[in-house]
Amino acid sequence: MDTATLLLELGAVLLVLSVAARAALRAGVSPIPLYLLIGLAFGDGGLYPLFTAESFIEPAAQIGVILLLLMLGLEYSPEELAAGLRAGWRLALADLLANFTPGLLAGLALGWGTAASVVLGGVTYISSSGIAAKLIDDLGWLANRETPLVLSLLVAEDLVMAVYLPVLGALLVGGTALAIAGSVVIALVAAGFALFVAFRYGERISRAVASPSREGLLLGVLGITLVVAGLAERLHISAAVGAFLVGIALSGPVQHRIHGLLQPLRDLFAASFFVLFGLAIDPRDIPPVLLVAVALALVTAATKTATVWWGAARAGIGRRGRRRAASVLIARGEFSIVIAEIGVVTGIEHRLGALATAYVLLLAVAGPLATRYAALARRSTAPAP
Amino acid sequence: MTSEIEETPLPGVGVRYSFTASSNAHVSVLHHHSGRHQLFVGDPEDPDASQLVLEFNDEDSRVLAELLGASTVVREIDRLQQSVAGLSIEWLRIPDGTNAAGHTIGELEIRSSTGVTVVAALRGGEALPVPGPEFLIERGDTLVVMGRPEAIRRADALLRG
Repeated sequence: MDTATLLLELGAVLLVLSVAARAALRAGVSPIPLYLLIGLAFGDGGLYPLFTAESFIEPAAQIGVILLLLMLGLEYSPEELAAGLRAGWRLALADLLANFTPGLLAGLALGWGTAASVVLGGVTYISSSGIAAKLIDDLGWLANRETPLVLSLLVAEDLVMAVYLPVLGALLVGGTALAIAGSVVIALVAAGFALFVAFRYGERISRAVASPSREGLLLGVLGITLVVAGLAERLHISAAVGAFLVGIALSGPVQHRIHGLLQPLRDLFAASFFVLFGLAIDPRDIPPVLLVAVALALVTAATKTATVWWGAARAGIGRRGRRRAASVLIARGEFSIVIAEIGVVTGIEHRLGALATAYVLLLAVAGPLATRYAALARRSTAPAP
Repeated sequence: MTSEIEETPLPGVGVRYSFTASSNAHVSVLHHHSGRHQLFVGDPEDPDASQLVLEFNDEDSRVLAELLGASTVVREIDRLQQSVAGLSIEWLRIPDGTNAAGHTIGELEIRSSTGVTVVAALRGGEALPVPGPEFLIERGDTLVVMGRPEAIRRADALLRG
């Protein structure tokens, strides 16, 4: 391999990503759709196909998925998971039913297999916790009354992932109905075991992992995560699931330190992941699925809004608060792409990648726009002084 | 008379404390896990909304508390113990061979990772009130920490671990 070409191509890609991240910050939108577009532009059938840089981006993207899910697992402590679920299981259930079903039905209507349809259900179900958290923080809504409700719904979605991802992994391995049932059981037992370990021994594990040395902690956590992810992949439960379970099991005081240490790494590798996802998609595949993507985006933006509106109304939150809460959760982002990727790599459905890309591009942009509109509406509906 | 303080955990973000001030304004203080602190005041036009007034770090919050009249450790402890039920104070000695010795309070992120506040440090018979994040912990020190019992247990685990 030519080192000079690799460095030049990689450097150019990183510079383009940096420009995108800056532009996204200025425009107040998520950089994820821009990363996907950059991937599309550089991939097969795009403006400038990259060949050499892919040798770095491919393994980097794998680490990116692992870090995204490790951080998702790390986001909440076991107590927060339990409290979130106790407080809002009705809303969480409504959220799952209302937002998973459209994707699942769309997949089946398109004539896709069960596994591919279940992937699409996951894509339409999960809100982007990254986009939501950033919007709430940027707009200064953290002390609002609807915010605990929004955050606990994100927690619940996180917990649903702990069950969904292993089951999806088992479904994708396929085989006879009995074999699938067997792998689902194994996957659920593994997830249950990880949750149990986190609840029971989180503090002890954290103490064992904890080290005042930054390097010691960072390398140790990365090492454990990669080993568990590798084992999970060996057992056909998908590396992403393994990383997620490690994140759940790590809790207690070190949790937030690890979070801080991993953030810059996650930013680099996750960007590689989104670019690679875009690279693998031929832009010419998008127009044929665009209509479906638009319809699905409209329907699931409406179902998400309706669920959150209902939940917030039940919690006694006023109309403006309901509008804020609902608009924040419309955006789908990083985890929809992660779920889609788990399906895409198995090659179960060739339209899956293009449809998921178009869908996430639409909602990752439309969601924050709806939120900004809800923030503006505050002023116009306020009575004159 | 102190008004009731409401504690709301915000998963993935931190902990929010709010109370209604005597002027009827709804005041919230948010401690992020990341160590940021934010002060919000309720929006008079929307009962569900609050507006960000101030964002500050550990050092600023110490200065602010000082300016607002909590100038001595004893008074601070006294006041908080009386106003917040369930808060306790513990004297934690830093034993030999612990990882905590040789690190500053800031490096260990004691407040953001455990939820306790270090109200004083005792070293060689001398008391240092409200040590800042730059305070270097040595073995043999005793830290006086204040917080909820579970937070104190976490701090104990962190300092002895």
